[in-house]
Amino acid sequence: MKELSLHILDIAQNSLTAGASLVELSLTRRGGLLTAVIKDNGRGMTPDMAARVTDPFTTTRTTRRVGLGLPLWKLAAEQTGGSFALESAPGVGTTVTAAFVHGHIDTPPLGDIVGTVVTLIQGAPSVDFVYRQETEDGAFALDTRDLRRALEDVPLDSPDVLAWVGEYLQEQTALHPV
Amino acid sequence: MKSIEELKAIREKARGDLNLRQEDIGNNTRVVVGMATCGIAAGARPVLASCVEEVHRRGLTDVTVTQTGCIGVCRLEPIVEVFVPGEEKVTYVNMTPEKAAQVIAEHVVNHKVKTEYTIGANQ
Ligand SMILES: Nc1ncnc2c1ncn2[C@@H]1O[C@H](COP(=O)(O)OP(=O)(O)OP(=O)(O)O)[C@@H](O)[C@H]1O
Ligand SMILES: [Mg+2]
Repeated sequence: MKELSLHILDIAQNSLTAGASLVELSLTRRGGLLTAVIKDNGRGMTPDMAARVTDPFTTTRTTRRVGLGLPLWKLAAEQTGGSFALESAPGVGTTVTAAFVHGHIDTPPLGDIVGTVVTLIQGAPSVDFVYRQETEDGAFALDTRDLRRALEDVPLDSPDVLAWVGEYLQEQTALHPV
Repeated sequence: MKSIEELKAIREKARGDLNLRQEDIGNNTRVVVGMATCGIAAGARPVLASCVEEVHRRGLTDVTVTQTGCIGVCRLEPIVEVFVPGEEKVTYVNMTPEKAAQVIAEHVVNHKVKTEYTIGANQ
């Protein structure tokens, strides 16, 4: 994939498929590393399953189709000299952490992270999302629970709300780009 | 700078639109965008954004845009399916934001299937 934000969209879709009611995305740039964390409270995975989904090519006995999303994300991070970790527990949730060496030739550009967040909200308006970004220059966070409080009964996927979220995130993410 | 306070004004307008929208939700035309790994890698995110924007811009309150997982034909992604009530599903392939906007204008609004973009014309 050409953009980190496309991977993030893809990995967060797993959280939605896993029935999460809260998905937290964070991007942190610190000390030459750009770290993306995708954390959910979905159904989670057993240790065995977690091992299998990140390394489908090294597993000899696979009876069912393996996915592409997690292996691609892991590969993308490790190719830059960064790291990858998947923590998961059944009934608790899953946290996927991928660290990229900032400025490495193989580190894809972040791309349209605003488009990713808006796409997630549009696709799952009853799920709550937190988007956080942090650099040495400052931090910013959007929490859809705050938006819901202001919107009362109006859903997050109302067209005018989605348009507002897009513009708001554009402004905020431009202040302290990761 | 935008602030969360603005959402209160947006809320009032959205409530009005919502009343229009909810009247007949079972009769809505559905536009469905494939958003699995292969779709995302092929460009489904801007295609979805274009569908949402075009529906909003045209004030189509009886059209819903949704996302789905893998539609199953990776090499033809991005894929958009259009379900008009009482008509057969139409599957559009190799979508771009521009093509998707045309599909909304011609198929969803004017009920003319954009034949050259359908899966049948692209296999
Ligand atoms: N956040 C999560 N919570 C629970 N299970 C997960 C989560 N992420 C991944 N999984 C499990 O791991 C599997 C592999 O995920 P992966 O993203 O690699 O592929 P996929 O989603 O199945 O298919 P695709 O190739 O479209 O991504 C999933 O099918 C799911 O069973
Ligand atoms: Mg996946």
